[in-house]
Amino acid sequence: MSTATLGLARIAVLIPVLAAGLGLLAGCGVNNIPSYEESAKARWSQVLNEYQRRADLIPNLVETVKGYAAQERQVLEAVTNARARATQMQIPPDIVTNPEAFKRFQEAQAQLSGALGRLLAVSERYPDLKSNQNFLALQSQLEGTENRIAVARRDYIEAVRQYNTELRTFPGAIWASTLYRGNKPMETFTVAEEVQRPPQVKF
Amino acid sequence: MRGDARDAQAAESPPHPTASGTRIGLLALLSLLLVLPALALDFPPLTGRVVDQAEILDPAARAALTRKLADLEAKTTDQLVVVTLKSLQGTSIEQLGVELGRRWQIGRKDKNNGVLLIVVPSERKVRIEVGYGLEGTLTDAIARLIIENAIIPRFRANDFPGGITRGVDDIIQVLSGDAAEWKQRAAHRPDPTPPWGSMLIVLLAMGAFFVVFIMIVGAMPNTSRTRRRGRSGIGWLAGSGSSWSSGSGYSGGGGGFSGGGGSFGGGGASGSW
Repeated sequence: MSTATLGLARIAVLIPVLAAGLGLLAGCGVNNIPSYEESAKARWSQVLNEYQRRADLIPNLVETVKGYAAQERQVLEAVTNARARATQMQIPPDIVTNPEAFKRFQEAQAQLSGALGRLLAVSERYPDLKSNQNFLALQSQLEGTENRIAVARRDYIEAVRQYNTELRTFPGAIWASTLYRGNKPMETFTVAEEVQRPPQVKF
Repeated sequence: MRGDARDAQAAESPPHPTASGTRIGLLALLSLLLVLPALALDFPPLTGRVVDQAEILDPAARAALTRKLADLEAKTTDQLVVVTLKSLQGTSIEQLGVELGRRWQIGRKDKNNGVLLIVVPSERKVRIEVGYGLEGTLTDAIARLIIENAIIPRFRANDFPGGITRGVDDIIQVLSGDAAEWKQRAAHRPDPTPPWGSMLIVLLAMGAFFVVFIMIVGAMPNTSRTRRRGRSGIGWLAGSGSSWSSGSGYSGGGGGFSGGGGSFGGGGASGSW
C-alpha cells in the first residue's frame, strides 16, 4: 500500500514538473517563430491588398485621360500593359520565401509604378484634364494608394526583419533548427521606395 | 522555478574581461548614437487636441479649436488632432504623419477613427492623415478637396489660424455626415497588432501550471516536511496575488487628452502652398 501511494505521489510530482517545464519552454520564446511568421504574413497580405487597390484604380484613370489626351496612346498602352502583367501574374503561395517569385512580383509592380508615373507626368500638359474633377479625384486616390503601399511595405519589411532575426539569433535559432525546421527566412523588398518613385519630368 | 530562472540568467551573462569590455561598450554606445537619429523621429508630446509646436496659433484660436475638437469626439467618438511642426526632420510629411498617428495612437483602438491635420509652415506642407477606420468616410479625394479649397488659399495669404479653422470645420462636417455614410463605415479594418494576445495566453498558461504545481505539492500526503513547505508555498502565492491585483488599476487619460490606441495606414492627402 505504501509503495502504491509513493508511486502515485511521484506521478503527482512529475506531472506538474513536466507542465511547468512546458510553461518555461513557452517563456523561452518557443512561440515566437510562429507568431512572428503570422504577423509577417498578415503584413504581406496588406501589401498585396494595397497593390490590388492601385490596380483597380487604373482602368478608370486610363479612361479619363483618354477623353482628353487620346494622342498619348503610347503612354496609355504602357500603363494598360503593365497593369495586365502585374495583375495576371501567378502569385505562388510560397512567394514570401521564394526569392525568384518575389523578385518577379517586385519587378512587375515597379514597372507599373514607372508607367503610371509617366502617365501622370504627361497629364500635366493638358490643362483641361488637370482641371477635370474626376481626374483630380482619381489622382488624389492614386497618390493616397501609393502612400498606403509605401506604409504597407515598410510594415512588412519591419515584420520580416523581426521574423528573420528570430530565426537566426538565440534562443530562436534553437527552435528554428529543431521544432521549426521548415521555416525559411522571408524575402523583403530590395528596391528602395525612392527608386520606385515615378521619374520626375520637367517641361 | 525561480532558482532555475536565476541560474539560467547567470549562465547567460558573459564573463567580464575588463579592458576589452569597456571598449566594446563604447563601440556599442557609438553605434547606438549613429543609428538612433535615423530610426526615431523626434515628436512633440501630445499635450492636447491642438499641438502647436510651430507657434502659428494664438491662444484664442487654440482654445476655440480645442472646444470644437472635443465636441466632435463627444458626438462621434472620432479623435481629430491639429498639429503644427517646426520641421519635417528630413523625411516626407506622409511618413511623418503615419508615424505620428501611430505614436500618439489617435482614435479608438477598436475603431481606428483618428484624424491628424498636420501643418509644417517651414516646408510649406500640409497633410490630413486619416486612420484606418475613417478611410471610407474621409476619403483621399475629399481630404484633397479640403486641403485645396479650404486650407491652401488662406495659407497663401499667411492666414494660418483661418486656414486651420476652416479645414477643421470641413473635416468635422464630413465626419458628422449623414447616416448612410455612418452605416457604410460600420465594417472596420482589423487592428494590425496581434502578438500581445499570444503572449498573454502563454503567461496565463504558465501561471495556471504554477498554481496546479503548488496545490499538488501542498496536497501530497507524504511527510510533514513537504506538507509544511507546500502550505508556505500557497501562502506566498496568495500574498503576491493580492499585491498584484491592487496594482492592476487601469490608469486612463484622467483629465487630460490622450490617444485611444488607434492605428494609421497611410490614408489621407497632402498639399503644398
